[in-house]
Amino acid sequence: MSRVLLMQGNQAVVEGAIAAGVRFYGGYPITPSTEIAEGMAKRLPQVGGKFMQTEDELAGIGTVLGASLGGMKAMTATSGPGFSLKQEMIGLACSAEIPCVVVNVQRVGPATGQPTSPSQGDVMQARWGTHGDHWLIAVSPSSVPECFDLTRRAVALSEKYRCPVILLMDEIIGHMRERIELPDNYEGLEAPRRKQPDVSPENYLAYAVTDGSKVPAMADFGSGYRWHVSGLIHDETGFPKGTPAATKNSQDRLHAKLRDHEDDIIQVEKYKTEDADVIVIAYGGAARTAYDAVDMARAEGIRAGLLRPVTIWPFADNAVKEAAQTAKCLLVHELNCGQYVREVGRAARGLVPVDLYAKYDNEPATPEQLLEKIRESAEKIKGAK
Amino acid sequence: MKQNFRFSGTGGQGLITAGIILAEAALLDGKLAVQSQSYGPEARGGSSKAEVIISDEPIRFGRVTHPDTLLVMSQEAADKFSGDCDGSSLIITDSLFVEEVRAKDARRVDLPITHTAREACGKPLFANIVALGAVVELTKCVTPEALERAVLDRVPKGTEDANKKALAAGYELAKKAGGK
Repeated sequence: MSRVLLMQGNQAVVEGAIAAGVRFYGGYPITPSTEIAEGMAKRLPQVGGKFMQTEDELAGIGTVLGASLGGMKAMTATSGPGFSLKQEMIGLACSAEIPCVVVNVQRVGPATGQPTSPSQGDVMQARWGTHGDHWLIAVSPSSVPECFDLTRRAVALSEKYRCPVILLMDEIIGHMRERIELPDNYEGLEAPRRKQPDVSPENYLAYAVTDGSKVPAMADFGSGYRWHVSGLIHDETGFPKGTPAATKNSQDRLHAKLRDHEDDIIQVEKYKTEDADVIVIAYGGAARTAYDAVDMARAEGIRAGLLRPVTIWPFADNAVKEAAQTAKCLLVHELNCGQYVREVGRAARGLVPVDLYAKYDNEPATPEQLLEKIRESAEKIKGAK
Repeated sequence: MKQNFRFSGTGGQGLITAGIILAEAALLDGKLAVQSQSYGPEARGGSSKAEVIISDEPIRFGRVTHPDTLLVMSQEAADKFSGDCDGSSLIITDSLFVEEVRAKDARRVDLPITHTAREACGKPLFANIVALGAVVELTKCVTPEALERAVLDRVPKGTEDANKKALAAGYELAKKAGGK
């Protein structure tokens, strides 16, 4: 049985987390993500979980990593200013391979910016915010039902690949209410958990890889398996090791465990792209404008389409390259001064022009505004190819 | 068919709640709805707005750029949020607070919404529910059954009867005005 509800994106994240088996939340509330903390505080005690409001965002992610090491699925949520504070421990989660989900409901920045207004200014920070040569995953929902689905997926990916997963939202999706159909209970839903060691505690090497996945099995703290957690480069034992070979091995594996599984990790949605001359590339809340603008362009005879990266990082190189091969122009629309457009340009390799419609004035673009940019792009490429 | 609603007034008048209730009523009728709101530092006592789109087709862009129906419950909100209405828009005002709207050619219905809430339910805080009754009477965007159920699902226990009275008063108000 299922129920039909009018629900906010932030609330759907809460339900997705509960359904995925998240049983710990630590964090500090901040607009426009506060409803996630509020919802987790209400829901976690109902399912035997723990909610902790910490003194700040740093402590918030600290408790999340601790809970995850103890065997719980754990999550925190924040917005730009708090996301900056969490970066150091996101790096620790990459290095020590601690599964966790960090939600960032973006608002206008830099600094405290515009707390209640939508932006997508943290898209590069989601990838490169923490220092060092790391890989991680970021996903971005465009609807309330997708908030539920992608939160579950974010948890599953973090457990499977033992890395932080950023659920990169924006105020548009976080605060919008729309129809969602949820199962009455979540017991029938898949909620995969990290791989457990198949050796005795005495023979357990915390970072030894025994299969092709390049992801080591992870024992829960307190279960009798003892291991060392460090942000220093470490070997199979988890203890720091300073040799060139240990460093290279560690980096190679941390990169490869995600890079080798891009087909599993990367998801894009294609909307009317097959015969499109102009392919709009937009994600998150900005994509909602793009669906309408594409339909309006089609209605006046412009062959337009939309490529929507659902997985924001790793970047969907192949999908963008394919779009650059089939279309005559790519038009990136994002709610910042132009960030993702640089990645699109790199992947398009000069095959077609890459235009940008950057919007950064507190308001999402209307379909009419984006349509005007599609018209301009279509006009420029008349007669090309 | 797609219908765009904007409810605007002063923070505290319950207009965001009214927007949520309308969207929930639309779902109960088997339609689709998207509700959004904008607020800022000025929401504390300043103007606030809630927007609802009701449609049979999937709704992608969730904000209203051209309201079919605009409810304004303060003069400041009328100044700020009536500029994108035109001759095809219906503007419902609370006559206690609103003198002028910016869209001069819009169809305008002035109703004593807050006054009626005080008369019918004893408290002006039922104004948002009176307004919902009037909006639904004038636009027929949801069924009265769905609206009543959505209202009763949202309001605090013990206030059901007062809220039903508020709805009835809203319908009555709009019926009289519609006959003008």
